[in-house]
Amino acid sequence: MTTKVYIPRDSSALSMGAEKVAFAIALEAKKRGLEVEIIRNGSRGLYWLETMLEIATDKGRMAYGPVKVKDVVSLFDADFLNGQAHALSLGLTEELDWLKKQQRLTFARVGITDPISLDDYIAHDGYNGLKNALKMSGADIVQTVTDSGLRGRGGAAFPTGIKWKTVLGCESEIKYIVCNADEGDSGTFSDRMIMENDPYVLIEGMTIAGIAVGATQGYIYLRSEYPHALVALNTAIEIAKEAGYLGDNILNRGKAFHLEVRRAAGAYVCGEETSLLESLEGKRGLVRFKPPLPAIEGLFGKPTVVNNVISLATVPIILDKGAQFYADYGMGRSRGTLPIQLAGNIKHGGLVELAFGITLRELLYDFGGGSATGKPIRAVQVGGPLGAFLPESQFDTPLDYEEFGKIWAVLGHGGIVAFDDTVDMAKMARYAFEFCAIESCGKCTPCRIGAVRGAEVVDKIIAGKDVTKNIKLVRDLSDTMLNGSLCALGGMTPYPVLSAMNHFPEDFELKQAKAAA
Amino acid sequence: MQDLTVNLDTKLDALIAQHQNMPGALLPLLHAIQDNIGFVPESSYMSISKALSLSVAEVHGVVTFYHHFRTHKPGRHILQICRAESCQSMGSEALEAHAKKCLNIDYHQTTPDQNITLEPVYCLGNCALSPAVMMDEEVYGRMTPADLDALVAEVAA
Repeated sequence: MTTKVYIPRDSSALSMGAEKVAFAIALEAKKRGLEVEIIRNGSRGLYWLETMLEIATDKGRMAYGPVKVKDVVSLFDADFLNGQAHALSLGLTEELDWLKKQQRLTFARVGITDPISLDDYIAHDGYNGLKNALKMSGADIVQTVTDSGLRGRGGAAFPTGIKWKTVLGCESEIKYIVCNADEGDSGTFSDRMIMENDPYVLIEGMTIAGIAVGATQGYIYLRSEYPHALVALNTAIEIAKEAGYLGDNILNRGKAFHLEVRRAAGAYVCGEETSLLESLEGKRGLVRFKPPLPAIEGLFGKPTVVNNVISLATVPIILDKGAQFYADYGMGRSRGTLPIQLAGNIKHGGLVELAFGITLRELLYDFGGGSATGKPIRAVQVGGPLGAFLPESQFDTPLDYEEFGKIWAVLGHGGIVAFDDTVDMAKMARYAFEFCAIESCGKCTPCRIGAVRGAEVVDKIIAGKDVTKNIKLVRDLSDTMLNGSLCALGGMTPYPVLSAMNHFPEDFELKQAKAAA
Repeated sequence: MQDLTVNLDTKLDALIAQHQNMPGALLPLLHAIQDNIGFVPESSYMSISKALSLSVAEVHGVVTFYHHFRTHKPGRHILQICRAESCQSMGSEALEAHAKKCLNIDYHQTTPDQNITLEPVYCLGNCALSPAVMMDEEVYGRMTPADLDALVAEVAA
């Protein structure tokens, strides 16, 4: 009898040796004359358990992890192919507490299916959304997305339906759907997981967007650091094309949509939508002035929907199950679920998709299990390099766009990076300026010059030089950057800087005393 | 990588022909050139600019704007170390220092034997398994200095 063995192809799993494990299992099975079918599925997102294997049994899929090559022989000895116990046994995957507590909507298939198999995608409710959309008018699709309450998951949280409505209302022969897959925020990997582990859901979401607003060409602007996502997307696009899910006549319903992946080139600022459009046009990624909005004059001057991967990948389930189904999740004006990424100094890091409203503390301790080093978590940065640092006293804040706004923080793309008590917050503030200086597009002065001067002044603080005076100077400079920058790069760099100074003043003020001592 | 003095022009012409009619052709073309010959030689700017109706300054401007593109031949392997916050929280600074010390080069430099070019990178999307590095096209997580030594030894072989 052939046993199905699931071994993830996700690049984080590969970073822990999944490829070598797959090879070792195939070799050992051959040696023992056992029939195995190795399926390279996506990762379930329990990254501390990677490489996590699963065996298909009568009771369901049994998980083992973290498996290293050296464990393979003993797994066979223990008869893991029949789901037998081993030191690395985790039990039934479905029963894992970490997964059971989640509400996976956007990530419904991730880790379960073979990402490249269109049959697998369709067998797990794939393309139901598109089939519904093909029976609806553009305006009705846009209304459904609006009613779901979906807001831009890239970080700006702008209502997706409103953006689509603007593009739908533009008179133009040519319109574009652009997917922002330039996921550059440290602590985030949900876009990568979708693209590597369920690429069809993004393709379906973009196709629905195209049909809704009347666009026939889509581009995925993918960061160059994600080679596995590039292969997965290109393979899936080819298969979808051949099966009639992309092309001039989608499912014989007379609608056209074409899709192409374009590689970014390592500029963080190109995650900003207008800079991204410049880059797609083959130029330096300089931020554009707004207005005009990209929805009206976007790529090559045409009306363009620019949405993040997660926003677009969430559209299929909304069109499948209805706006109300999605809107029933969440709190306040933050409807639906957020794929949260637990990262940094955390014991159990990975992907947690939950309705808005869970607190940071629950995420860090109930899911994350505390810090990886076992020391107290002193600070977390939420929302990438432009997100605020939060102290322990704010860990009870629920994840909600407005609640985070109230404490002068952002949810961003849902990345949470934990730091233990060895972190030096003055150094983190310096890094925020340094990063902004490296990545600034150079168009506006507050960002281009401000970031460089900011790093210099924090250096003086760290050296204990005129600390009080220099702290005031950093605050003045931050004020200029906040209010005078053209885009979020310069405009939000003060978030990590000022939050570090406000919540962890001891890391700045004591420098003078230390220098004097 | 082949000796580039031989077929550079022929290769370049072929790549230009393949890409020049795409909308927004410059970035895909630069990627193709770098994938093919390892870098974007400044000597290619003239042909690119002619084919895409751009000035040489515009081509130079784009090449130098993006961290990914390089104008000089790199080592046989490219080692990128993540410097972003998540990796910092798990000791990437020590890893960076170790890499620079044991390779005896700084960022953007290549070992004298032309084997490894060391580059900083700002997030590899492997943040639940920090600290992370990338050797050529593969990411490695939970890296220790000893793991890094092993990785370097592997490509030195």
